[in-house]
Amino acid sequence: MGSTNSTLSRIPNVEELMQETGFTPAHIVRLYDRFEALDKEKTGHLRPQDFGAINRLAMNPIGDRIIGSFFSTGQETVDFHSFVRILAHFRPADKNRPKDPSMPQPVNSRTSKLKFAFQLYDQDKDGKISRAELLQVLRSMLEMQVTEEQLESIADRTIQEADLDKDDAISFEEFRKSLEKVNIDHKMSIRFLR
Amino acid sequence: MPAMWHSTFILVMVLLAISRPSLASQARTEESQGTGNATEHTITTLPIVIWKWEEIHFPYLVALWVLVSWLCKLVFQQNPCLTSVIPESGLLICIGWVLGGIIYGADKVQTFRLQPFTFFFYLLPQIVLDAGYSMPNKLFFGNLGAILVYAVIGTCWNAATLGLALWGCWLGGAMGDIDTGLLQLLLFGSLIAAVDPVAVIAVFEEVHVNEVLYILVFGESLLNDGVTVVLFNVFNAFVSLGGAQIDAVEIIKGIISFFVVAVGGSLVGVVFALLITLLTRCTKNIQIIEPGFIFVLGYLSYLTAEMLSLSAILSCTFCGVCCQKYINANMDERSVSTVRYTMKVFANGSETIIFVFLGISAIDPSIWVWNTAFILLTLLFIFVFRFIGVFLLTWILNQYRLVPLDFIDQVVMGYGGLRGAVAYGLVLLLDENTYKEKKLMVSTTFIVVYFTVMLQGITMKPLVTWLKVKRAAVAERTLAEKLQNRTFDHMLVAIEDISGQIGDNYMRDKWNNFEEKWLYWLLMTPFARKSCDPIFNIFHKLNIKDATSYVKEGERRGSLAFVRNESKADVDFNKKFDADFSEMMPYIMTENMGPDHVPVSSILRDSVPSVCLDMHEQDLKMRESEDFDAHHVLQQHLYKGRKQHRHRYSQKHLEVSKDEHEVQEIFQRTMRSRLESFKSAKMGVAPPKISKHLKKDQPQKMPNGKSTENSKSHAYGDEDVEFSEGDSASGCEAAGSSFPMRAYRGAGIVNPAFMAEMDTMDPMPPMQQIPSWLAEAEVDSSTVAPSQRAQLRLPWTPSNLRRLAPLRLSTHSNDSFLLADSPATQEGISEPPPPPPPQDGQGRGTHK
Repeated sequence: MGSTNSTLSRIPNVEELMQETGFTPAHIVRLYDRFEALDKEKTGHLRPQDFGAINRLAMNPIGDRIIGSFFSTGQETVDFHSFVRILAHFRPADKNRPKDPSMPQPVNSRTSKLKFAFQLYDQDKDGKISRAELLQVLRSMLEMQVTEEQLESIADRTIQEADLDKDDAISFEEFRKSLEKVNIDHKMSIRFLR
Repeated sequence: MPAMWHSTFILVMVLLAISRPSLASQARTEESQGTGNATEHTITTLPIVIWKWEEIHFPYLVALWVLVSWLCKLVFQQNPCLTSVIPESGLLICIGWVLGGIIYGADKVQTFRLQPFTFFFYLLPQIVLDAGYSMPNKLFFGNLGAILVYAVIGTCWNAATLGLALWGCWLGGAMGDIDTGLLQLLLFGSLIAAVDPVAVIAVFEEVHVNEVLYILVFGESLLNDGVTVVLFNVFNAFVSLGGAQIDAVEIIKGIISFFVVAVGGSLVGVVFALLITLLTRCTKNIQIIEPGFIFVLGYLSYLTAEMLSLSAILSCTFCGVCCQKYINANMDERSVSTVRYTMKVFANGSETIIFVFLGISAIDPSIWVWNTAFILLTLLFIFVFRFIGVFLLTWILNQYRLVPLDFIDQVVMGYGGLRGAVAYGLVLLLDENTYKEKKLMVSTTFIVVYFTVMLQGITMKPLVTWLKVKRAAVAERTLAEKLQNRTFDHMLVAIEDISGQIGDNYMRDKWNNFEEKWLYWLLMTPFARKSCDPIFNIFHKLNIKDATSYVKEGERRGSLAFVRNESKADVDFNKKFDADFSEMMPYIMTENMGPDHVPVSSILRDSVPSVCLDMHEQDLKMRESEDFDAHHVLQQHLYKGRKQHRHRYSQKHLEVSKDEHEVQEIFQRTMRSRLESFKSAKMGVAPPKISKHLKKDQPQKMPNGKSTENSKSHAYGDEDVEFSEGDSASGCEAAGSSFPMRAYRGAGIVNPAFMAEMDTMDPMPPMQQIPSWLAEAEVDSSTVAPSQRAQLRLPWTPSNLRRLAPLRLSTHSNDSFLLADSPATQEGISEPPPPPPPQDGQGRGTHK
């Protein structure tokens, strides 16, 4: 426990962070170790190329987008707090935690999980997944196996399914509606981060 | 319904009546029956017919029993109110009792009984194979850890606790004087410990609990059968060895053999799965028996494992689980549905037989030994220890599970511990000399099976409703959902990578990569590899669904009108397509379409942006080699449809040719061809081979005056002529022949015979004719201005092209002949009287 405490003491505002994300000290320590391992130059910040150094991430078709989601607009680096906050999206929702109405929605709620997924598509941040944006994702995920024409019609069809106001794009509301039946908490949670 | 019952009972009577002679021939005690008499005759002269009961009685009885069992099922399924209360398995056992009672009443001895050999080698394999084959793979492997824990540890726990508890009670003297021992009780515990897949499937399929719960119970029931059989064999060997012989070495050997048998059995299954998959790679040319391979090899996997004294059930299960994905991709779609349905027929059939015979076998006083304490204690222990085991194991698992199982799920799991025919089959295998209390064990097994299947089965549904167990969502699968699932998978892998963890997603990702890299290459045909992508797959399925609903929608409006409208729609579409295509092209495919005219066919084939087109084409290519001729006719379906239609209906409905649209259409066509010939005459194209046409047209004049029925047959006669001299004669038609000829045709507008001729003529221009129309087309299309009508269509055309139309387009596109027809149509629209608006509107309607 000694090492846990000493690590924790090195992180500023750790109490607040734990309160906000719901991570236990053990989680925080583990993530901090990981953060430091990624932060090769010990600047206390991660740059996109630090993420790029993770080999397996390079093979991930949407790896770039995931990395991109760690960096808020205009920022080149991400510090430990933001890093943890992003990862907190993937903490399973906890049932026994008392609901505190005064608190803002926890970061691992259904809505914020969906928001995270949504912004992976919505690269231009206009609040809508356009056909072109969807097509880009499709292309990266289905590459080679399917022809461009097929991709296009898959994209059209997908939009058609979700698009309620017929503007040929998927807004967040529509996105949420189309995934109403999916148990987001099961699909967007990682076991170790419980 | 009474009639149904009646017939079933009559069948049973027949069964009894014909089974008696066989008994009689064995015992020779009963006086010969009326039916048996025939066999007694000594042959003195040539018999015309003879009674050969003795030779066929065995297969005959088997077939009759199968029939009786299935009829029982039929009877129950006719009574939904009955099956909604009592699960079918319970009802089947009840009817088994009744049938058994009848047989016993008639024969005074139980003639029919479920034999372990029959059960294990003829009835069980298909159920297991089906369970494996239709297993939801992702769910199964995702929960494999939990399933294995329940199946292995849970079953051992059940067996051990039951055996020990019974032993304790026995030592305490609760059961009176029975000749048994610790090992025998442990053996009994092990054989009755396993949850039975047959019973579980039967009950849980009707309840529709949520999928995780279902896969846990179901997976456990499947895998623990293997465990049970292994435990049974080990303890059986121990009992034969005798208590004194068993030392630490034997126990360790037992444990080792347990793992070898279980893992070995699974491996045998995997090997056979590989074999099946590799075989389906090259069965494309023998599609008829393609499904047969699956069954034979699946059965062989069962037998092979049994031969090697490995776990046959595990082998068969894993064979089904592992091969399903690849064979479904490899085989033709029809074969896949054949396999699927045949598998269900076998599995469901033998499940029914098993339950009926579980009932029948019990009606036999000679097997019953009652020991209240033993039976009640067994029931109690089974129930209690099952719950304790589930709670205990779930508690441990929940420490690790991402989605913990809640209390209600655990209750249902515990309550779903149904025992069944496997236990019964095993208990009958016991040797009566070694096991003095075999009869007691058999009776107890019966009671346990009945108790669990009947009582727990009946109460399962109310319990599930009462506890508000999460039910399975009847989710309509959407593309968005599927796509999102894929994104989630990638996302989780990425996050695990970033957070530096090696978790489930990491493993799954590794496996997927391996599968994509090696297994697909090894196990799948190149064509299947392409289509196995799940997103693509669901897209395909949705397209098919659309097409089906499209047809249904059309049929809803009346089949006659539908066929008619559709063929008209085709024409309409064809025209529209041709008219619009030159204008449409820039929007759709600028790159493919040069300023100079590429033959329409190549545009059609290459450039319409459509998945359907592509897939359909591939489909076509696959079969083209087999029946090119038939297909060629199909491809001209614009004409064929109409011809067929007339052929089919003209006999019944004489007014068919008075159909407004058709007349209109014929009128347009005629106008078009007139114009064409006029133009060609103007442009100096010599009317070729008039004489030949005159000759050919001669016979057609006659039917003009006659009824359509007559002319019909003549038209077909003509068709033959056409085909025989097609090369020389028909080609000129498309290019346009002399004006007088066309004038004659104008007169024949309402004559179907004439139309039939046109049909066969138009698609037939030989290749050397193409330049001539091409030249024409170029001239014409230059005059075609993007008309307002065409512009109006633009908004809806692309979506149509993409969704439904391409299916049709593709059939056209493969046909090199049809393109010869299309430019002609183009002219017809752009210059002469445009088609009347109502027709247009309808054409559009059918395409929606």
